[in-house]
Amino acid sequence: MAEIKLENLTKSYGDVEVLHHIEGDIKDGEFVVIVGPSGCGKSTLLRMVAGLEIVTSGEISINGAVVNDLEPADRDIAMVFQNYALYPHMTVRENMAYGLKIRKIPKDEINRRVNEVADILEIRDYLDRRPRQLSGGQRQRVAMGRAIVREPSVFLFDEPLSNLDAKLRVQMRLEIRKLQRRLGVTSIYVTHDQVEAMTLGDRLMVLNGGYVEQFGTPIELYERPATLFVAGFIGSPSMNFIPADIANGTVTLVNGVQLKTAVKSSRHVNLGIRPEHLTLDDAGVIKVKVDMLEQLGANTLIHGILQGATTPIVASLDGIQTAEIGSVLNFSVAPEILHLFDAETDKRI
Amino acid sequence: MLKRVHFPSSPLPYLLVAPQIIVTLVFFMWPASQALYQSLLIEDAFGLSSEFVWFENFAALLDDEQYLSTFGRTAVFSSLVAFLSMSVALILAGFADRVVKGATMYRTLLIWPYAVAPVLAGALWVFMFNPTLGIFPYFLEMVGIKWNHYLNGRQAMGLVIGAAAWKQVAYNFLFYLAAMQSIPRSIIEAAAIDGAGPVKRFLTQTLPLISPTTFFLIVINVVYAFFETFGIIHVVTQGGPANATTILVYKVFNDGFVGLDLGGSAAQSVILMVIVIVMTVVQFRYVEKKVEY
Repeated sequence: MAEIKLENLTKSYGDVEVLHHIEGDIKDGEFVVIVGPSGCGKSTLLRMVAGLEIVTSGEISINGAVVNDLEPADRDIAMVFQNYALYPHMTVRENMAYGLKIRKIPKDEINRRVNEVADILEIRDYLDRRPRQLSGGQRQRVAMGRAIVREPSVFLFDEPLSNLDAKLRVQMRLEIRKLQRRLGVTSIYVTHDQVEAMTLGDRLMVLNGGYVEQFGTPIELYERPATLFVAGFIGSPSMNFIPADIANGTVTLVNGVQLKTAVKSSRHVNLGIRPEHLTLDDAGVIKVKVDMLEQLGANTLIHGILQGATTPIVASLDGIQTAEIGSVLNFSVAPEILHLFDAETDKRI
Repeated sequence: MLKRVHFPSSPLPYLLVAPQIIVTLVFFMWPASQALYQSLLIEDAFGLSSEFVWFENFAALLDDEQYLSTFGRTAVFSSLVAFLSMSVALILAGFADRVVKGATMYRTLLIWPYAVAPVLAGALWVFMFNPTLGIFPYFLEMVGIKWNHYLNGRQAMGLVIGAAAWKQVAYNFLFYLAAMQSIPRSIIEAAAIDGAGPVKRFLTQTLPLISPTTFFLIVINVVYAFFETFGIIHVVTQGGPANATTILVYKVFNDGFVGLDLGGSAAQSVILMVIVIVMTVVQFRYVEKKVEY
């Protein structure tokens, strides 16, 4: 069991700084997901915690001890890789026992632990197979098993589900979550998939371009995104942004439409509205010319253009809805769920 | 006959494989069949007449103590050359795999010996180890070793093994390095996280994972030691002193072109051919099964 502390962490390759002043405390038993678009440095950050990348400056501590200069083996961590990194020349049992053997754990203890974990993950039947004889989902389980059997104080996951098909991914996602709850091991999980991040994480660290944009619970990120980037990244379909100006408690959209707000200062802003917060309302002031409909059964996505502007708008309505292509629909939105972002700094107002 | 329909016959495939077939026929099948035929003949010293003697040449060879001792010598020579050159290459490749800065230069320098012709490689070693002029005998004398491979058979054997192995290190190095670099980095990283140090990782991960390459190199190196070391031996020792470095292929040359026993030499080359064929088949059949994973 462990707490992890990241303090003013930076990483440079030569003159190029790829991670900038990362800060974060991870509590004992917490499941933290690092999420961001590809190339944002999330895997690099994870690999720094694992000890596979050198820390340029700053400190990583696990349980209060700075681990910057410790070998990966001495950090008491286990990692699940994107490609699973199973040892191809060893059977599943040997794969799982490898780390234990190196730590000189007695044979019967190794057997007991491997069997126990194999039962948890339901891989008992193929303990004597080689990785190449397993399917993707089975390999994934073995990779998890290899991490669990070591009983480390920290689990690190590097996009472990990205090589699985959609259905299996959802299933494994739930299993990982349940397993982590049950074992109570502090975990860091890297993914680019925001749905995976929202469902798995106790807290999410959103990385963009090497900066932490926001670090909070999924609901915090959804309800009060700190930046324009987080607002657009979290939630599906992603938030609509409409250029606007505020003055004297009124938001004036790019097409001249006015909405009320509690914000008093005056400046250029981007108004963010989640697609699911737009409601059909004949008296609504947000007029959208319909471009396309996506009927998904449970809900309907209406794609359109803001009347009097060129801003694309997506609205997500419950159930099956129909609308003429080219027709204009009126939407309204509750003033308390408007998101306002400063047009210059992209920060939430 | 379904395939006929899909692929109408055309001379193109035959044309494409023709160059390879022709080269094999002209430079391998034809000489080999000539050797087979010649091994059944005895020719007089002046090359004026020859007599068909069935397997007399082979019978004579198998009675020849000197010829039989060549087998043992060849076995020692080939296994030592293969072992030495492969283990040195393996260690160097293991280092090179970890080098990040200047990797290209390090690699290029290590590959150079492969570009040296066997005869030149031999010449280099002759000069370096010349008992009166060479630099190494000078150093060896300091530690009390008297070096004279013109007189000492063991030293001569050591010298040709060293030269032949050195020449092959570059080749093995290239294959080992390529094999090591094709191992996914994450496997090595996973092993590191599992607690394996560099040596343990090398022994339990790298080595088993490159075993198909090791197997391939064993075949190549043994064949190399059997045949292609002729140039080195010819330059360094001419098979001497007192046949101490005469391996099978050198004896074929010596008996045929120096001793002018063409039939006997041909018989030897047939035996050599059979040995290599059998060895390769055995290796592929039985050893390769063990390196699968």
